Amino acid sequence: MWNWFHRLGAPKSFYEISGYLVPLLGTLAALTLLTGVVWALAFVPADYQQGNTVRIMYIHVPSAIVAQSSYMMMAIAGIVFLIWRIKLADVALECAAPVGATLTLLALATGAIWGKPTWGTWWVWDARLTSTLVLLFLFLGVMALRSAMSGRESAGRASAMLAIVGLVNLPIIKYSVDWWFTLHQPSSLSLMKKPAMPPEMFIPLLVMVLGFYLFFFAIWMMRIRAEILEREQRTGWVRELLAGEHAR
Amino acid sequence: MPDSVAAFFDMGGHGLYVWSSYFIALLIFAWNVVQPLRRRRQVVAEHRRRLTREATVREATVEEGSE
Repeated sequence: MWNWFHRLGAPKSFYEISGYLVPLLGTLAALTLLTGVVWALAFVPADYQQGNTVRIMYIHVPSAIVAQSSYMMMAIAGIVFLIWRIKLADVALECAAPVGATLTLLALATGAIWGKPTWGTWWVWDARLTSTLVLLFLFLGVMALRSAMSGRESAGRASAMLAIVGLVNLPIIKYSVDWWFTLHQPSSLSLMKKPAMPPEMFIPLLVMVLGFYLFFFAIWMMRIRAEILEREQRTGWVRELLAGEHAR
Repeated sequence: MPDSVAAFFDMGGHGLYVWSSYFIALLIFAWNVVQPLRRRRQVVAEHRRRLTREATVREATVEEGSE
């Protein structure tokens, strides 16, 4: 197990293994998302209160969940980098941020679009919405910090620390609907509680969440692979690999 | 299933909200797919340029040495 962990931490092994995983995850993501979207748009019954706007949930909820998870994974990569100095963890941190930022943006945008017909407003400064906006700023902050600092090592450490400090925001997002009075409804998905909706609405939501996760992992890996090529371009194996690429 | 194609696009009068949500999702997904592919092409091209530059420098040095 430890040995395997170390092997995966080496850029070359990660590059080789992920070369097989990316097409696999990508195909699974495409199939899952396609199924989920058709299901959500055409087969899920309209909600008795919200009508068809409930279909926005199938984009909004998965993007919000995976955005928060991606922040968590980014911060864990930061911890791994600070403690064990594994270079790959720094690459993983760098590559998670833009994907997480766009997913947060998607959650905010679809939330606004859903809010208009159901609450009568695009935006309110309530706890759930504001803390999600803070999540977007944290992702952007991690990206900005890295591009603003010149030394790779110090930039990596600074962005890891910012990512870790920003972890405080995750429980705030999660419990904001319980702690404060808010327009936002309580969580739709929970590991502990029974779902708050009938299975014909709940199962496609699970499919979409799975699809978003698969998509996130596929894109994350694609980004990490490109970044490995860039950072390791002076090593023998990357030179050899790129020589093959040039020959084509 | 919706009764007709028109009803499917209309979404009970909420078509604009529902479809714009899915359209924004499509844009964001497309950006995420394209971006790493472009980055990879960029890295490969950059590496190729560096190789040619190094080769030119090497040739120049060899010529200077033979004089």
